[in-house]
Amino acid sequence: MSFVRNARLLAMRGARLGQNRSYSDDMKLTFAAANKTFFDAAVVRQIDVPSFSGSFGILAKHVPTLAVLKPGVVQVTDNDGKVTKYFVSSGSVTVNEDSSVQVLAEEAHNIEDIDVSEARQLLSKYQSELSSAGNDKAKAEAAIAVEVAEALVKAAE
Amino acid sequence: MMMQRTTLLLPMAVEATNVAQQQRGMATLKHISMRLKSVKNIQKITQSMKMVSAAKYSRAERDLKAARPYGIGAQQFFDKTEVQADGAVEPKKLLIAVTSDRGLCGAVHTGVARLIRGELQKDDSNTMVFCVGDKSRAILSRLYGKNILMVANEVGRLPPTFLDASKIAHEVLSTGYDYTEGKIVYNQFKSVVSYKCSTLPIYSGPTVEKSEKLAVYDSLDSDVIKSYLEFSLASLIFYTMKEGACSEQSSRMTAMDNASKNAGEMIEKLTLTFNRTRQAVITRELIEIISGAAALT
Repeated sequence: MSFVRNARLLAMRGARLGQNRSYSDDMKLTFAAANKTFFDAAVVRQIDVPSFSGSFGILAKHVPTLAVLKPGVVQVTDNDGKVTKYFVSSGSVTVNEDSSVQVLAEEAHNIEDIDVSEARQLLSKYQSELSSAGNDKAKAEAAIAVEVAEALVKAAE
Repeated sequence: MMMQRTTLLLPMAVEATNVAQQQRGMATLKHISMRLKSVKNIQKITQSMKMVSAAKYSRAERDLKAARPYGIGAQQFFDKTEVQADGAVEPKKLLIAVTSDRGLCGAVHTGVARLIRGELQKDDSNTMVFCVGDKSRAILSRLYGKNILMVANEVGRLPPTFLDASKIAHEVLSTGYDYTEGKIVYNQFKSVVSYKCSTLPIYSGPTVEKSEKLAVYDSLDSDVIKSYLEFSLASLIFYTMKEGACSEQSSRMTAMDNASKNAGEMIEKLTLTFNRTRQAVITRELIEIISGAAALT
């Protein structure tokens, strides 16, 4: 009787170990923005993110790291090889030891939802704001807005 | 009420007092009808407030569902690196109270304030409180006014946005108070009828840099960590504000439902008293007429 129980315990442990191993082979992506959640611990193949220390791609078993997103395009390749592109304004990327990845953005949208002409209008609006900015603070704010708008136009084109 | 009735039914010997009594009797009847009307109006108000908060609640819950993975994602890094507050000799604590400006929503704000008061009772010398929403300030300012670092108001009228959260995070970081450990105190939404007052730890740059597990993370410099922490503070505040807003609306819904129910009970009782009093007045007038007629014959 006890032998049976032991065997069952062992089998269970083996199954759990196997699970653990496969767990670290997949990359679990949480990609959320303040306006919407795109992926919630979903398994994907690859993620490309733009960061202030340079753009980089993340595959499973990437070395753990932290990064700060800069305005640009996040590209997610799912397990079937389908590529989806999202525009992000700013945010953070966390790659953890267990191959879980958190991409948190302040705001993110699917690239197909962006209107190019609207984006251009925004860009010219902020460019004029930048040239007319009085003090340093307003200038810095306008410069950031221009940077985001530029990335938005580039992403939409 | 019983007392009034007996006085009304007392036989009136003197005419002068009779008039006065009658006036008073009429007045009570009027008073009751006035009260009845006002309670009815209050019930109408609480009922419509319930409707409004039900609509707001369903929106807040939808928002919260979208924000949950975001909030959980923001906590992951701290969970996985197992950042611990270093047992500094003099820890400088910061508590962020996530409430709102609006009352009439049960014990939502009181719960947060009570938790903070408990913390302050233990040690109020180097703990500061950042109040989000006027209600927490109103409760805490009486006893611990000097511990309040800053108050953010105009919270709660509209659903919280990331912009609000980043403004608060910016103020938290630019007050010049270098906290070594901190907590966000907020109400975690569970279901329509329940929420739990809980805390989320926040960490400052130096504390995170001291963490042992941080060594496994690649290509970090203090600039990246600083920006990362600033953003994650904003995300956490955003998430907790969403949780708080949802708990508040659900709690207001329940509170207003109870208020309408209580008003209904009161209306029932008042209507009964009103009818009894009216009947008493009629009876008394009849007695007066009959006894007057009997005296004439």
